[in-house]
Amino acid sequence: MFTILGHPSQQLFGQLLLGLINGSFYALLSLGLAVIFGMLNIINFTHGAQYMMGAFVAYILLNYLGINYWLALIIAPIVIGAIGVVIERLFLARIRQLDHLYGLILTFGLALIIEGLFRNYYGSSGQPYAVPDSLQGGHNLGFMFLPNYRAWVIAFSLVVCFATWFAIERTRLGSYLRAATENPTLVRAFGINVPRMVTLTYGFGVGLAALAGVMAAPIYNVSPQMGSDLIIVVFAVVVIGGMGSIMGAILTGFALGIVEGLTKVFFPEASNTVIFAIMIVVLLLRPAGLFGRSV
Amino acid sequence: MRVATGLAFAAAMLMTTAVRAEDLAVKIGVLSDMSGLYADLGGPGSVTAAKLAVEDFNPAAHGLKVEIVSADMQNKPDVGANVARQWFDVDHVDMIIDVPNSGVALAVNEVAREKNKVFIVSGAASSDLTGAKCSPDTIHWTYDTWMLANGTGKALVKSGGDTWFFLTADYAFGHALERDTTAVILANGGKVLGSVSHPLNTSDFSSFLLQAQASKAKVIGLANAGGDTINSIKQGAEFGITSGGQQFAGLLVFISDVGSLGLKTAQGLVLTETWYWDMTDANRAFTKRWQASHAGKFPTMVHAGVYSGVLHYLKAVAALKAASDGKAVVAKMKEMPTDDPLFGKGSVRADGRTIHPAYLFEVKKPEESKYPGDDYKLRATIAADEAFRPLKAGGCPLVTN
Repeated sequence: MFTILGHPSQQLFGQLLLGLINGSFYALLSLGLAVIFGMLNIINFTHGAQYMMGAFVAYILLNYLGINYWLALIIAPIVIGAIGVVIERLFLARIRQLDHLYGLILTFGLALIIEGLFRNYYGSSGQPYAVPDSLQGGHNLGFMFLPNYRAWVIAFSLVVCFATWFAIERTRLGSYLRAATENPTLVRAFGINVPRMVTLTYGFGVGLAALAGVMAAPIYNVSPQMGSDLIIVVFAVVVIGGMGSIMGAILTGFALGIVEGLTKVFFPEASNTVIFAIMIVVLLLRPAGLFGRSV
Repeated sequence: MRVATGLAFAAAMLMTTAVRAEDLAVKIGVLSDMSGLYADLGGPGSVTAAKLAVEDFNPAAHGLKVEIVSADMQNKPDVGANVARQWFDVDHVDMIIDVPNSGVALAVNEVAREKNKVFIVSGAASSDLTGAKCSPDTIHWTYDTWMLANGTGKALVKSGGDTWFFLTADYAFGHALERDTTAVILANGGKVLGSVSHPLNTSDFSSFLLQAQASKAKVIGLANAGGDTINSIKQGAEFGITSGGQQFAGLLVFISDVGSLGLKTAQGLVLTETWYWDMTDANRAFTKRWQASHAGKFPTMVHAGVYSGVLHYLKAVAALKAASDGKAVVAKMKEMPTDDPLFGKGSVRADGRTIHPAYLFEVKKPEESKYPGDDYKLRATIAADEAFRPLKAGGCPLVTN
């Protein structure tokens, strides 16, 4: 066993892996934000609240209806995605022509209202949600104890991220979507229903947030403010990766998870701050983000 | 027209003076975390507790007219200090109670000292409030870091948990709790192998837990609170901390935290509190009344402390027939023995520390819990004279030998 800057290498390997796990959440959430921003030009500040709602739907399904984690993984994104569709139709569709700021303030207000409602009903200290039985326990990897559930989180979010990237960048549907962002009028001329596509895209982005919420429920405290704790970091991730870049959001999500993990070893007090320091440096050197195209 | 207005104004002035002459107006400000991670252990529940205390005191019978206001300090010392200034300077608030965040409480402590207004701490923990930072205007009611360390820390070291690793919330409270617990561990022959400070409101603790695991310490001391404690324990179970033979010491765990962890995860956790809703008939009766506004939840010791603190404060004000001089009211509160249905008989010491017994509890197993909120079993009662830091050990300038 060797040491790096006074820390045993085993410990560092462990932190790398943990960083990757946190990175999976950053990646899933920033992916949804990037998809929504890329296609709708909306900075979706409700994302954190939608992530929280995903976790709460999982809790509600389990405690009131006895529906387990696996079904919640499917049901929660659909339910919250449907709510997202309603939000898009009712509010966002009406302000699409206006400046970004309007969407930002609207979605921020919605987030505050949703969080307030949940806090009013469930209180702020959170609800219990257990790891599903089939993923209990873990394996000793030699350098660290890896809980099975965490391994599942990495694997599943990699699959979801890749599938989303593939759907948008490599399929016909994705090409319609990308074309509709560039020039909606022209795409409509080809007989494609652009507003509906945009609505569904928002629903999908929101569904991704809810999915991340369900995945977070067994390991993080399911509380109304769980989203607002995380969403600021996720915004920083999206800014670093480049707004609207799908691959950028995924890669930066995982990379920053690792950076944060390492900070927790070398200088734990700064672990909530390090991502913002990186954000400032990136904005100074590459204002469009690491993977963004300058507009 | 102008004459009429003038007359009406004069009449209004006379009427207010008339009311003043009969009833002494007292304004109590409940300053708490209304929306953040400590909102369930204090927050709106503290406002309810204060209202119940006023109701039970029956101000009209004592020639008082009590009004309660509340505000959110958002866990930010600057926000808390600003509200306190506004309350004291503009809104004629006579007393501030609760403040479940040590950083904010230390800031409000200084404002209250400067303005000579009463500050009763229920939610905050730092023992500095009755130590180096003690003030003739401040009373620390419910619990403090020394008492938590002494209760939980001593019990665990005595039962074999003699090596410790701390996960510490990186602000005034966390550091005070770690310091006080370390002193108890060393005094009882234990050792501290290491500690790591994490930012307040961290969602992922796995990195810190791994460091704690690697330390091979027998006990992992959680010098944090609320959501941070919940996340630490929840993720600790996942990383096999407890099944690997290490034990968590929840140095500050409230019943609201146990509720959100669930008994399955929280079982076996040892903790110290000064009040538990299911201990006496009086406590249960209070809980029932409190639950009328908070259905399905259980009051914490912080809520009980707000109730008991407000009651004692009003007794002192009624005895003095004045509320404006903070030092005089606090002196009176120290002079009168405390006696209320929730904490029983006790006293307020010269340094501002309220003295009452503390209880060492263990969280029940799911199968031992018979009804909602049936979460604790009593392991030991720590007598009032042993529960808190000895008067002379705190370094409070108010204490003269």
